[in-house]
Parts: sequence; C-alpha cells; structure tokens
Amino acid sequence: MLEIEIDGKQTQVPAGSTIMDAAQLVGAYIPHFCYHKKLSISANCRMCLVQVEKAPKPLPACATPVTNGMKVFTHSELAVNAQKGVMEFLLINHPLDCPICDQGGECQLQDLAVGYGGSEARYREDKRVVFQKNVGPLISMQEMSRCIHCTRCVRFGQEIAGVMELGMANRNMHSEIQTFVGRTVDSELSGNMIDLCPVGALTSKPFRYKARSWELSRRKSVSPHDSLGTNLYVQVKNNRVMRVLPRENEDVNECWISDRDRFSYEALNCSDRLLKPMVRVDGSLREVDWSVALDYVAHGLKDVARTHGGNAIASLASPSSTLEELYLLQKLTRGLGSGCVDFRPRRRDFATDAKMVGAPWLGLRLSEIKELDAAVVVGSVLRKDHPLFAQRLRQLARKSGKVSLISVTGDDPLINLNARITVAPSQLPFALAAVVKAVAALKGIETLDELENVQPDAASVSIAESLLADGKKAVFLGNLAEQHPSASTIHVLANELGRLSGAVVGFIGEGANCVGGHLAGALPSSGNAYDMFVEPRKAYILLGVEPELDCHNPGMASAALKQASLVVMLTPFKSQAMLDTADVLLPVAAFTETSGTFVSAEGRIQSVAGVCQTPGDARPAWKVLRVLGNLLDFGGFDQESSEAVRNEIVGNPGEFAGGLDNSVAGVSVRLEAAQMDLQRISDVPIYFADSLVRRANSLQETRDSVSPTARVSAGTLKSLGIADSSLTRVVQSSGETVLSIAVDNAVPFGCVQISAAHASTSMLGDMFGAIKMESA
Amino acid sequence: MLTTESLQRIDREIEKYPADQKQSAVMAALAIAQEERGWLSNETIEFVANYLGMAPIAAYEVASFYSMYDLNPVGKYKLTVCTNLPCMLSGGVDAAEYLKAKLGIGFNETTVDGKFTLKEGECMGACGDAPVMLVSNRRMCSCMGPEQIDRLLAELE
Ligand code: SF4
Ligand code: FES
Ligand code: FES
Repeated sequence: MLEIEIDGKQTQVPAGSTIMDAAQLVGAYIPHFCYHKKLSISANCRMCLVQVEKAPKPLPACATPVTNGMKVFTHSELAVNAQKGVMEFLLINHPLDCPICDQGGECQLQDLAVGYGGSEARYREDKRVVFQKNVGPLISMQEMSRCIHCTRCVRFGQEIAGVMELGMANRNMHSEIQTFVGRTVDSELSGNMIDLCPVGALTSKPFRYKARSWELSRRKSVSPHDSLGTNLYVQVKNNRVMRVLPRENEDVNECWISDRDRFSYEALNCSDRLLKPMVRVDGSLREVDWSVALDYVAHGLKDVARTHGGNAIASLASPSSTLEELYLLQKLTRGLGSGCVDFRPRRRDFATDAKMVGAPWLGLRLSEIKELDAAVVVGSVLRKDHPLFAQRLRQLARKSGKVSLISVTGDDPLINLNARITVAPSQLPFALAAVVKAVAALKGIETLDELENVQPDAASVSIAESLLADGKKAVFLGNLAEQHPSASTIHVLANELGRLSGAVVGFIGEGANCVGGHLAGALPSSGNAYDMFVEPRKAYILLGVEPELDCHNPGMASAALKQASLVVMLTPFKSQAMLDTADVLLPVAAFTETSGTFVSAEGRIQSVAGVCQTPGDARPAWKVLRVLGNLLDFGGFDQESSEAVRNEIVGNPGEFAGGLDNSVAGVSVRLEAAQMDLQRISDVPIYFADSLVRRANSLQETRDSVSPTARVSAGTLKSLGIADSSLTRVVQSSGETVLSIAVDNAVPFGCVQISAAHASTSMLGDMFGAIKMESA
Repeated sequence: MLTTESLQRIDREIEKYPADQKQSAVMAALAIAQEERGWLSNETIEFVANYLGMAPIAAYEVASFYSMYDLNPVGKYKLTVCTNLPCMLSGGVDAAEYLKAKLGIGFNETTVDGKFTLKEGECMGACGDAPVMLVSNRRMCSCMGPEQIDRLLAELE
C-alpha cells in the first residue's frame, strides 16, 4: 500500500493506482474527459492536470501512478491555471452550439466549461469545420466539429465491443473520428458510444431533437430482451418513452446496455399498438368493451373445457413475460383443467421436463464470470443472443481466461477464443461428447457408456485441457443448445462434463424470465410448447407471442391456430397474422407500462414498476388474467397488486431466487446421427427476436435486420450443383420458399443457415432438420 | 493484390514481432505496399489490414497520420518541402514558393505530365541544412536554394 495525500486528505492505495483512483477514494473531484473507469488510459485530453509536490509541471492525474508519500493538490493555483488553460484550448475549435445541441444539459464539456472556461474567447480566428458522417441508423455524427478527440469511442470499440469501427484519422488539427471509408457502425453495443462521448459529437439518432434532457423524468426499469436482467433508466416525457439509458449495476450490466435494450422503445410508440379489445363476430373482428371481451373469453374457454376436456385448451407465453403474468396464466390454464401451458416457444426437446431437480439457471452469478479461468460455450450465437454476456466473456478472454466455443454457426464472437469447434447441428451432441470423452481420457476415469464410440479430436482435447487446468471453470449452454432437437442430450452431456472436470454448468437462458417461468410453474404437465401444435387443440391462449415468428415450427403453429375454435391473444401489438387468426384480441401493457418481475439467468429477482400509462384501453396482462380467473370463479385470483402475485410465487424475495439447480435425473444420452444430405441451421436474428424489437424502426434499419438469406459455404453449393445461382428454392418439411444465396465458408459443410423468426422463412418447418436446396 | 515479392517482404517484417502482435508491422507493410502500388488506395489499406489481422480503420489511422504515405496517386517524383519553423526561418517557404512557380502547381498537386507532385513536409531532423527537401521519400536534399532546385529538377528525368 502506498501513502498519498490529496488536498490535505490522507489515504492509502494499492501499488499501481493512479492519482485519479486515489482522488476517487478520498472524494476529491478531478475534472476529466478522456478518462473512463472501464477503458484503458489514453491521457490525451489533459483536463485532469493536477499539482504534485516536487514536480515542476502539472501532471495528468489519470496517467500518473501514485508514489509513496506523494502530495497532490487538485485545486491549487498551479492546478487550476493548468485546467483553465486546457479548457481554453478545448474550446478554441468547439462550436459552442449548446442551444441546439442534444447533449445540452448533460454535457461534460458544458459542465466543466462553467467551472473552468473563460466568459469570453480570446481566439479570433476561424474555427475548424468537421464534416458530418453517416454511420447508420443509431448513432448521429452530424456535428463532428464538437468532438474533443478524447478517443473514448475508439477505445470502446477496441476494448469493449471487440471491434474497432471508429478511429481517429489524420493528424493534428485535421484529426477526425470516422469509420473506414464511410462504413456503418454495426456493433450490437454501439449505442454505448453515445453515452461515453463527453460532448455532443455522437448523439442518438432516434432521440435526436425529441426532447431536452431536463424535461425527461428518469424511471427505473429492467430490460425484457435477454436473460441478463439489464438495469435501465427509462426516460419519459408526457407519458411517452423518449429514450432508454443504462442504469449502472456493476454486478449485472456494469455501465453498458445493448442496442436492443436501448432502442427497442421505439416499438412502444409504433402504429401497431392494439388499443381496444376485439372479438370476432360473424367472421370479422369488432372492437368491443373489456367486459364483453372478457365474458366472451370466459364463456368460450368454459365451453371448450366442458365439451372437449381441459387439455383441449393450450396456453403459450413469451419468455419475456413477467413472472406474475406467467404465474397467473398457468394458474388460469390449470384452473380450466389443462396441463398444457408453456413459455418456451422455440424449444423442441422436452425430455428433461419434470426430470430436473430445480429450475435451470446460469450456474453462477454474473459477477463471478470475471473470476473464471476457463469457460466453454455450447450452442450459442453469443453476440446476437446475449450481447452483454458475450462482452463479459470478451473481457475474461482479454484477461487470460480461456474461452472456447462449440457451436453450429460460423459467426465471429469477437472474443479471443482458446478453441472453436463448428459442426452441423446434428453433430453438436457428438462434438460435446468428444470433449467429455477427452476429459475422461485425460483424467483416466470412466464416463457414460453411450460415449464408447466417440473419438476426441485435437480441438476437443484442447477444450478438455482448458477445463482441467486449476481454477474456476464453467460450461454454458446457449439458446441454440436449448432449441436443439437433442437439447436434453446436450444438457446431460454438459452435466457429465461438469461432473468430470469440476466445471459449473449453466444455461445462459432465452428470454428475460428464462428462470422466472420455471419458478412461476409455467411448465406443461401435458402438452408442451411443441406438442400443443403437433396435436392441435380446440382453444389457445397466447400471451405476448407471435406464433408465426416465435415458435420452433411456425407453420405448424399457425395451422393449429387456424383450426382452433377459440384463439385468445393477449398482446400489446396487432399484426396481420393476429387479425387473421385471433378470435379475441386483448390489448395488454407492453414493457415499461406494467409492473412486474423478472428473474434473470443468474437468479436475480428484479421487480419493476410501470413507468408510463398504457395506450388506449390496454391493461396490464396480470390484471386481465386475474379478472379472467375471477370471471371463471376460480379461487386465488384476488391479488391486489403485482407484488402480491410475486410474493405468492417467491415469498417476499431477497436478491436471488432459491431452488435453482441444473441437475437432471433419469434422462439418458441418445447419440444417433440422423442421416441428412443437407440440414438447416437456424439462428434468431437479434432484431427479430421478440415482438418489441421487430417493431423498433431504427433497429430494423441496421445491418442485422436484413432479410434472411440461405447462408451456405462454397463447398456445399458445389456439392449441390448450384454453385452459380444467386437464388435458391429451399424446401423443408412444411413448406418452401425462394431465398437469395449468401456464400459464407464459415457455415459447416452440408448445412444451410436460414434465420428463424422472420416472415420470409416461417413456412419452412422446424428450426433444425433436413432441408433441400435447388436452383430457383 | 500485392506481388509475392512484396508479401514476402511483409512476412519478413511480421517475423520481427511476437506472433500475436502482427499489427506491429503495419508501418513497414504499408510502406512496402505503397512502394509497389505507387500510393495507398483504400483497397490497398484494407488488404494490408486484413493481412495483419487488424481493423481496416486502425491501418487507415496509421496511413493517414504519417505524411510519407500517399493516400492519392502521386507523380513520378514526389517533392516534399519542409516548412516547419527552422526551415521556414531559413528559406523553406521560399523554396516551396519557387517550386510552385516553377512547376505551376500548389501543394498536393501533380504536374499535368504526371512527373512531379509537390507536398508540404514536417521537420525532417536536418534543420541545420535548411531548407530541406525530400525526393520520393528516399532521397534527402539539403540547402535547397533556387540554383540547387533547378539543378535537381534538371537531373530528375
Ligand atoms: S466523438 Fe466523442 S467520444 Fe469520440 S473522440 Fe470525439 S469527443 Fe471523444
Ligand atoms: S482525463 Fe487525464 S488526460 Fe484526459
Ligand atoms: S524544420 Fe525542416 S528539417 Fe527540421
């Protein structure tokens, strides 16, 4: 420990700390621009100059290491003069256009100029002009003359996003922040650069000129998009969500949010909102009062249950529904005598249901990821499924943790990987089995009998070795591993890998309530999310799902809905498909409009309040379900608040949920390679993944939102004899369509990657399985 | 994009650095690429970046920072005149003006016959010999008064 005195206050800091670190400890504020606690030190703005005893010149606090007995003065005459001098230089070329700048009111340059700037400029010459750049639909670089060249945005790309998209071109007074030859900024974390930019050079395009920061009220919320439980501030003006910002929580999202979390709010204000209950009368949907709609639903459901039995009714919810909604939905469904309720529409293999000891979860806390020595991710399109989880693994790999990936897509996770195995989906269980086998061989112990014929290759041995080194290790199963037709085998193999290697096994989890749904009991006792469409039911209750996009086999789901006599949809939005298939549409609150709870992958229980009112006649879904329960005369639907519902499920909750356990008993490994000439790989594109992002206009204009193609390697194309066509007809079990071909040699041989969750591919069939490709 | 010979030269530069720090060779690689192609187009820069496994913008930062890299086509000979302070005080600016008049071009321009490009340079570390000029990045010329400039131009064919 080193002794240091700052402005007369003594403190001790560990060796290697900078004056800035020490100042933060004693609560002394040192003005700064380029310094950011999460980024490397570049020391280029010079705003943080302070006086250090015995040093002849002021020193930059952010880059000066503390030495023992150092005495620092942050507000001495020397320091303040230096700071004022730097400020004068920074303002020389700054346009001082605060009145028309979106950053006004929350600008570090503006704030510090109040403290350290002169009231009048001495510089009389022309200011330099920097031309605007277009880097895509999310970040505005319209006023680059405001840039003070702190390079925070550049370092963010290099260090946090893992891809350097912005750089500083040219030299001295000609320096400009730009992309390479005017390309767009495509990182799924790009919006954080807007927050990091200390001035108004990078601003939010969707928010541009929409409101002043001081007109907005700041309300706490939690992201509904992925399993991380990202903490948000939702900013509201006149009951309208104007923008979304990160709420810092070091244990969850640190100070970042993904672009999906940041820009999905646009969907809340879109024209697709369902504003009034609708009931189909004589073949067409009519707007009706709530009481009419609810009566209709209650009677309809009761009729179906009476004539066809309870199990003729099936309920399906989106995994981003709140805990309360999921609980009341399953309670309602069970009250009707049906065990057919689920919240995992993209799942295919349910063999582990009822065989699990507890609710599947991440296996550790998010904050423990940085302490891992090795991590293996199985079946994930990491960056697109879990942008911030991927970011944590990226930091782990930068810090010498060994991260390996076993998956089916060839996308670049922008993580410095220790090893990577990319195989066809049907081979995924085998690839994992090979690692299990390699671990067993290295340790010289027995493993599962079913693995007798599995032969580990070099890559699986390298992954095995990383798992056998000393320290903390983890095996994470991604969305793809859960959607896989052999998900239960993958799960059991991962558990075996954990048992042999001492690694923690966890599910990264699809949807904000991937754990919550289990705690709420929204699980089938008869008829899971796939079977409920294989054997069509008479009535369906759908909560926040769009089956033609969200289900494992969208075509089959749509067909089942068409034949049903009663389809009730609780939804914040309306779509053509809903208007075509629903018998009753009940408008419910969207994200930000309802109170509710999310239990994230790490088991963190986070309850949020509604931050603005629902539009039109929409009501929070938990209230709608509660009223339905009462109309049907079921007991136990008298909760006064969403908290009361929550407490029924998890008691008066602490920070984390209990009952989380990934062990399975009595499920065996089934390793059989289906023979397929060509098989489909489905990814769920980040901005098609749920009903909210699908309607967020700006996100829909990004490169991640281009329509699905048939992504296939040149070798596969050649073997199919269609090497020189640009279009292909793809034919799968339920249907066919014509897609354009995108050659991508990272896609495994014998596979074609066709995204799910999109109208242009929904007729095809299951997310995985045999498929045919011919020239169109 | 580049000849095998250039690639071999770049490989030799890469070997000077640890295997996971290939991009340390970016300056040398860009110089070699420029030598072969005459100037650095965006395509050339991107090729070099990919070859070294770095982001294209990172290579562009380097290429646009140093004045010896040419991001636009240049004439057969590139004349770079130092106009930094010591040279300026000893006739650097005059030398530049003389060249401008003589060649009929300004800074960053190329004569119509494609023979000469004129550039403004930064201190070349030879201030004692001011005014200082550089021919095509390789040949340093000291004490460039009008007579010496005439002689140089006559010599460059
Ligand atoms: S754009 Fe903003 S963050 Fe980037 S260098 Fe300029 S001032 Fe810094
Ligand atoms: S904050 Fe220290 S130099 Fe910028
Ligand atoms: S100033 Fe011209 S060489 Fe130094």
